[in-house]
Amino acid sequence: MKTPYLGILAVAASLQLARSADITGKVVLKGTPKPELTIDMASDAKCAALHSQPVTTRHYVVNKDGGLANVLVFVKSGLTEKNFPTPSETPLIDQVGCEYTPYVMGVMVNQKIKIKNSDPTLHNVHAMPKPGTANKEFNSAQPAGTGVLERSFAIPEVAIQFKCDVHPWMFAYVGVFDHPFFAVTDNEGNFKISGVPNGKYTIEAYHRKTHGTNPGVTQEIAVDGSKKLDFVIELK
Amino acid sequence: MAPKTENLWLSRFAAFTALCTLALICVGGVVTSKGAGMAVPDWPTSYGYNMFFFPIDRWVGGIFYEHTHRLFAVLVGLLTSILAAWLLGREATGRACWMGWIVIVVLLAMLGQHGSGDGTGVAGGVPIHFQALALIMPLLLVAGVVQSIRTGGSLRWLAMTAFFAVILQGILGGLRVVLFRDQIGVFHATLAQLFLSLLAVIALLTSSVWNRWTGGRDAVKPSRELRRLSFVCTLLILAQLVLGATMRHQHAGLAIADFPTAYGKLWPAMDAASIARYNQARVEVGAVNPITAFQVGLQLMHRIVALLIALGVALCALLARRQLGRGNPLRRLSSLWFGMILLQAFLGAATIWTGKSADFATAHVAVGAFSLATGALAMMFATSLSVPARSGASAVHGRRSDTPAVLAPPTAATNAG
Repeated sequence: MKTPYLGILAVAASLQLARSADITGKVVLKGTPKPELTIDMASDAKCAALHSQPVTTRHYVVNKDGGLANVLVFVKSGLTEKNFPTPSETPLIDQVGCEYTPYVMGVMVNQKIKIKNSDPTLHNVHAMPKPGTANKEFNSAQPAGTGVLERSFAIPEVAIQFKCDVHPWMFAYVGVFDHPFFAVTDNEGNFKISGVPNGKYTIEAYHRKTHGTNPGVTQEIAVDGSKKLDFVIELK
Repeated sequence: MAPKTENLWLSRFAAFTALCTLALICVGGVVTSKGAGMAVPDWPTSYGYNMFFFPIDRWVGGIFYEHTHRLFAVLVGLLTSILAAWLLGREATGRACWMGWIVIVVLLAMLGQHGSGDGTGVAGGVPIHFQALALIMPLLLVAGVVQSIRTGGSLRWLAMTAFFAVILQGILGGLRVVLFRDQIGVFHATLAQLFLSLLAVIALLTSSVWNRWTGGRDAVKPSRELRRLSFVCTLLILAQLVLGATMRHQHAGLAIADFPTAYGKLWPAMDAASIARYNQARVEVGAVNPITAFQVGLQLMHRIVALLIALGVALCALLARRQLGRGNPLRRLSSLWFGMILLQAFLGAATIWTGKSADFATAHVAVGAFSLATGALAMMFATSLSVPARSGASAVHGRRSDTPAVLAPPTAATNAG
């Protein structure tokens, strides 16, 4: 009795998979960025003590074949479904070595973000969304050894800056989306957006340092099975 | 008539308060230069502690600058309170004096109720009486200014205005933090400069320079052009300080990274593609905002106004040299003023050449404040030189009255006391 039922489930699942696909690709930087700057952490001896090697800024993290890390790649338009459930997962931003980890992340609207201080010194966590919107600015003290903070944002925004005013070299970016189809490129510049329903979409690749307050580069894509989509971000 | 030693100490105290205020402006400038304005997220507590008991081992990074700024501000507030009470005691009689003292004590008592959190870094919110002060102090300040004008600048009203201003200044600084309003930061910076000028004027009016000066006997008066020019230049400097404060509170670093050119040109491109190029080419350690065309425009305007100020103050100094004798205080002040403007121009350029190093940027703020105060003093002399001296007209020599101190330089008769 169970076998036909399981068979029906398997067929339904495979049909669902056939109706959605992964978009994978690579983002490459064209052009030579300015060299990163070395960060002087002397203003807090506890931070300086956490590093035996010099620490640099992370504006352009580029590997040897031009792969650009920390690019937010996401479906910009084309989704027919408008309401997606808020994930129960709570991604973590950690303050380690007096730096934010990860440097760039993506979350959904109303999805809780955990903010942790793993350092032996105090930080303040200051998020600065666009003023005058439903995303509220906050500036929370987080002394060493205190509990994890949880925050969320109400509307999409690419991308909200998180910073520590105690240690001005510390900052990170969080992209907030009203759907789950986004990814952040890894150190090789690779990304994978999973489970995109079949359809025609505009996909955007946004890099904070390159694009600032302007939109990123976009491409049109028709998804009817797994697709490969590469981006080139060019320095002007 | 009060003994001269009392005047001397009052004058010295007023000057000391003004100098401490200049130092406070420097400390405040460092806070902005280091991007530490929000390093202490709560107010009036500090990470939940009463600000006077915040553990010193937590004064790290940006907290060091912001917290010392708050403590220094308390010192300046206390000095100003003492100055106001002192001048009230000297210049007002009976009920007016007592009421003034009561106002000072009540407001200080309200400010002293900080409250504290549990020390775990959780902010307790802004106490209700601080919120009330935020509404009351602007009104009191306006009242002080109006009364100062109505009484022709009587010292007791100038002192009370300074007292109201310093309290409002503290409130503005706190609200800028808890309300996340950079615009309040611009008001905070501007009021600081005006407050310094007011203290400089009070220090002048209580000084032996003002009291000894026999300008009323001097047959040479500055021309109307010189008087107006000193007024216009002072206003231009104030406008320039507001521009500078607006630029600094954009938190975008240097909008134009070269000088005297702007991105290699006399007038840079400000279209979207060019702005994007400027942002891509810029590498900063701190979390600065991207440059916008508006910010580039602000900096260009700042450079243009700087040029106008330099020309105007140079003309002031030239006219003063031509019209006034060598010992004339306005002539000397005008020359000092011009020297300061040249220094300020150099510091502005150096701020750009050093990639907005905190030292040069802060020195630029401090000399800007000093320039405004100097302009205010120049206006005092220029105005007073033009009014015939009145006998027995000094309120500073212990005669308790509302006699205006501003427009009446002392004569030999009053100096004899």
